[in-house]
Order: sequence, then C-alpha cells, then structure tokens
Amino acid sequence: MVIPKDFRYTKTHEWTKQEGADVLVGITAHAQEELRDVVYVELPAVGKTVKQGEPVAVVESVKAAFDIYAPLSGTVARVNESLSKSPQLVNQDCYGTGWFFAITPSQPSELSALMSSDDYTKLITGER
Amino acid sequence: MDYSPHTDEQVAQMLQTIGVSSIEELLANIPSEVRCRSFTLPTGLSEAEVLSACESLASPNRSLRELASFLGFGAYPHLIPTVVDALASRGEWLTPYTPYQAEASQGTLQLIYEFQTLICELMQMEVANASLYDGASSLAEAVLLALRTSGRPRILVSEAVHPHARQAIATYLQGFPAIIQELPHTNGVTDLEALAAASKDDVAAVLMQQPNVFGCLEPMEQAGQLAHRVGALFVASVYPISLGLLKPPGAYGADIAVAEGRCLGSPVAYGGPGLGLFATSQALLRKVPGRLVGCTVDQAQRRAFTLTLQTREQQIRREKATSNICTNEGWLCVRAAIFLSLLGPQGFRELAELNLQHAHALSERLRELPFVEPVFDQPFFNEFVVRYTDGVRARDVNRKLLKAGLLGGLALRPWYPALGESALWCVTEAASREQMDHVVKTLKTVA
Repeated sequence: MVIPKDFRYTKTHEWTKQEGADVLVGITAHAQEELRDVVYVELPAVGKTVKQGEPVAVVESVKAAFDIYAPLSGTVARVNESLSKSPQLVNQDCYGTGWFFAITPSQPSELSALMSSDDYTKLITGER
Repeated sequence: MDYSPHTDEQVAQMLQTIGVSSIEELLANIPSEVRCRSFTLPTGLSEAEVLSACESLASPNRSLRELASFLGFGAYPHLIPTVVDALASRGEWLTPYTPYQAEASQGTLQLIYEFQTLICELMQMEVANASLYDGASSLAEAVLLALRTSGRPRILVSEAVHPHARQAIATYLQGFPAIIQELPHTNGVTDLEALAAASKDDVAAVLMQQPNVFGCLEPMEQAGQLAHRVGALFVASVYPISLGLLKPPGAYGADIAVAEGRCLGSPVAYGGPGLGLFATSQALLRKVPGRLVGCTVDQAQRRAFTLTLQTREQQIRREKATSNICTNEGWLCVRAAIFLSLLGPQGFRELAELNLQHAHALSERLRELPFVEPVFDQPFFNEFVVRYTDGVRARDVNRKLLKAGLLGGLALRPWYPALGESALWCVTEAASREQMDHVVKTLKTVA
C-alpha cells in the first residue's frame, strides 16, 4: 500500500502535505480501501475557522458515513470542488486529485507533531 | 382481549431489580390527569357483557357518519372511494411496516417509489420522501433542515400558518439556539411588508401556508422571492386537494413543500393518524429527513427497488443524521397512492373544483343571513371565515347546529382573539345540497 514518505498523518487516517503557505488534506489509501466506493463527500465552507481534531467534512460510502477531522487548526483556504461531481476520485487517486481541502494553519507547529509515514505504517499494520 | 405477558412473580422480580416497590411508584412521575382512569367494570362479566358495557360508554361519541361536518382547521371530511378500502385492506398492504429488511420487500418498496413519484407530480417538486408522521411534523422537519443547512438562526413563520403546526415547531426546537419570529397577517393574508422588513441575512427559512389557516390564498410567489433575496429557504405548507386547481409549490419556487396528506384517501379519525408529505428540490436531496426509495437494476439487469441514501439516517449517521425519523406512515402512504392513481389528473382537478364550488356556494348563502358578515376580502379555496354580529356567539351557533346533526365552522376566538366571534367554515365535495340547505335553514332560527 502506498504511504508517501513526505506526507504527515493522523490517527484518524487523514494525510497532510505542505503546499506553499497551505496544507492539503485528504484521506489515506488505507482509509479509502476500508470505506470501499465513496459516493459522496461533504466539504466545509471556504473561510471556515477550524480547530485541530474537529470534524470538518464527511465522506460517505454506500452504507456508511465517516467524519473527516481537521489535522491542523486554521482556516479553510480551498476545497476540492471536483469531488461533488466525482467522489470516486477519492478511491482512484487519494493522494492526488482526490484531495479534500486546504488549510492555512494558524499554529504551524501542529504539523510537525503529526505522524511520520513510518509511524502511520506501524499504526495500520497494528490495526490489522 | 386482555393480554397479560407477565406473572405476578415476574412483575415483582422486575420491580425489585430496578429498585421500586410497586407499579404505582414506577408511574408516580406521570401527572394524574393524564393517567388512564379505570372503567370500573364489575368483575366476572362475560365477553358479550363487557363489549356491551364499552359500547354504552362510547355511545356519547358522535362520528362523521352521523354528523355532516363543515368544520375547518385541518381535519376535513372527504369522500373515500370504496376501492381504496378494498385494496388497502389486502394483507400484503395492511401488514407491512416501513421496510427494515428492505430489499426483501420489493412490493412495499415499489409502492413507496410510486407514492414518492405521485407526490413529486402533485407538488411539482424534484424529490419526495416515503412520508413522515403528519403535516405538522413535516413542517417542523423542514425547519430543522433549514437551520442545519444554512447555519443561520432565524425562522420567519406567518401567523396564518396553522397554530397547531406552529406549536409542533416550538416543541421540536426546544433546546435549539433558534429564533422563531412570527409575521402578522393583514386582511387574512401574510403581511408582505413585514416579511420584507424581517428578511435579513440571518434568516434560515420563511414558512407560509397555502391556502392559509383562514382559507385565504397567499401571495406565495412574492413571498418566495423575498425569502430567496436573502438566501433563505422558502417552505410551503399546502393542502393537497387544493393542488387540483392551485399552482403547485414547485411552480412558485418553494425549496421545501410539506402537507398533511390524510385527505388523500384516509379518514378523519379522532386525532390521527396523519400522513406527512415532504418534498424538496434536488439541491436538498441529501438533507431530506426520513426514508427514500430509489429505483435501480439488480445484478441480472432487472428493475429493482431499494432504500437509498441511507447514510442520512440515524441508524448510520447517529447524532449527525438529518432527522431521528427512521420510519414512514406506511398504510396511509398505500392509501394515498391508491387514491391518487384512482382519480388521475382529470379526476383530481374535478375534485378540487367541487370543493371550490361547494364552499363558494355556501359562503354566499351564509353572507345573506342578517347576522353573518365576511371577515376577509380574499380569494379562497374551500375554507372561509365569517363573523357573527348582533351579539350572536360562535359557540351558540355551533350548539344549535350540533343539535341538528351539523358540525358548524370552528370558533376562532381561542386562537385569534382579535377576530372576535368568527368561525372558520369548510365545505368539501362530501357536502350535499341537502346538508347545505339544512345548515342555512337551521341558522335562520338562530337570530
């Protein structure tokens, strides 16, 4: 399973990736496999202030719905509009075109406290 | 007959386990006035004697079989074609509850799908659910949807929306940080200037009823535009029978349309059961409360029906569900589907025309009486308000009518004191010319 080295991760299976002043957020390959076919993604409003650990988005498969938590505190800078028409991007390309939203962090130090790819690998192998 | 699931020992054991000494102590928190009073039947009666005693207890009740009803305010006498009872009483329709082992119940699912389609056509809305408890709870669910979707706190509701429905909303909103602001009515319709003034960007929804509680026709299109100008949802509560003639909610831009659907093939029976109709635009599909049936194909490409978008529902989304309704009003939904299919668009239009003609005919005859005057100068469908003058009181009028086997117009004073000795009359297709003659003749003896 792909777990990019340069990303940072949460226990709740979100990935984060620094991109300029913003941090992109999505869900990991492990998460999308567990979810199966994603049919709907509910995204936060751009400009919304979020706190680390707070539910900010919802991802739905055919018979389940899960919260997506903010990995960092900050402001929602952008959301991936294409997910509303094509939620299957989450399954097809979870680290690329299947991203969820971007946060402008208010406390950048939170990022370095997230899990490394090695720690996250251990977490999901432990889960099995 | 009486069903006793537990022995005295089992009851004692259960009471001991939960730490109360008697059933009486267990029920102590229920106010005595709502507790069931004993029938004080003597012991040792036979089945036949008990039945006869109960029939005699029930005999002061008078049903709509013996009374001709002209009572407005939400529970209307409508004719029910015999076919509805004959078909809806078949075991296949009578017994199924809302589908839980859903896809095994293809017949039930198909019926609900057809019902949803009929409601969409009737309302000219894009989505309809499998029904809710009644019209009032449908309106309250519309309020919850608007609050949740918009993140705004304020609900504007016309005073000309049925007071019971407004009470249901207040009950639903206990504990919600929402503000309900009532809009006054002028000459029987919602005051649009007051609506315009109250329409700010903190308004989640504007609620109106068509025809409104006085039977008057509201300027729905303009009200909808005022709501949309500030980004609020426009919620229309309608009377299904009137849609045979009046513009449907979809045609004047309603985002949510709700209705009490009992008038579609089900009788007025004490307080219920009701049938909550709930329809929305496609944009709100994922916010809809309750169950939705969809049509798809199975593995062999055969047409199949399924409960769909269940991730909105409580059993999956838990506290974030769109509603805590995980059921629908199954049997009334069956009856409504049969009723609507039976009448068809032409029959439904004729039904509405009959209501309109009957109500206007009786309204004109009542106005000719010396102590009766109209209250509002507005177009109406099948309900209208009159005021009694010359010291005649609404309750005295109704007492006299009741003696003659007639239920007169509802005295409005308890709900709308400013209207004085006014009464809300309703005349449906069920009223015969003889009954209307009887009303006029009886009223002539009043003053």
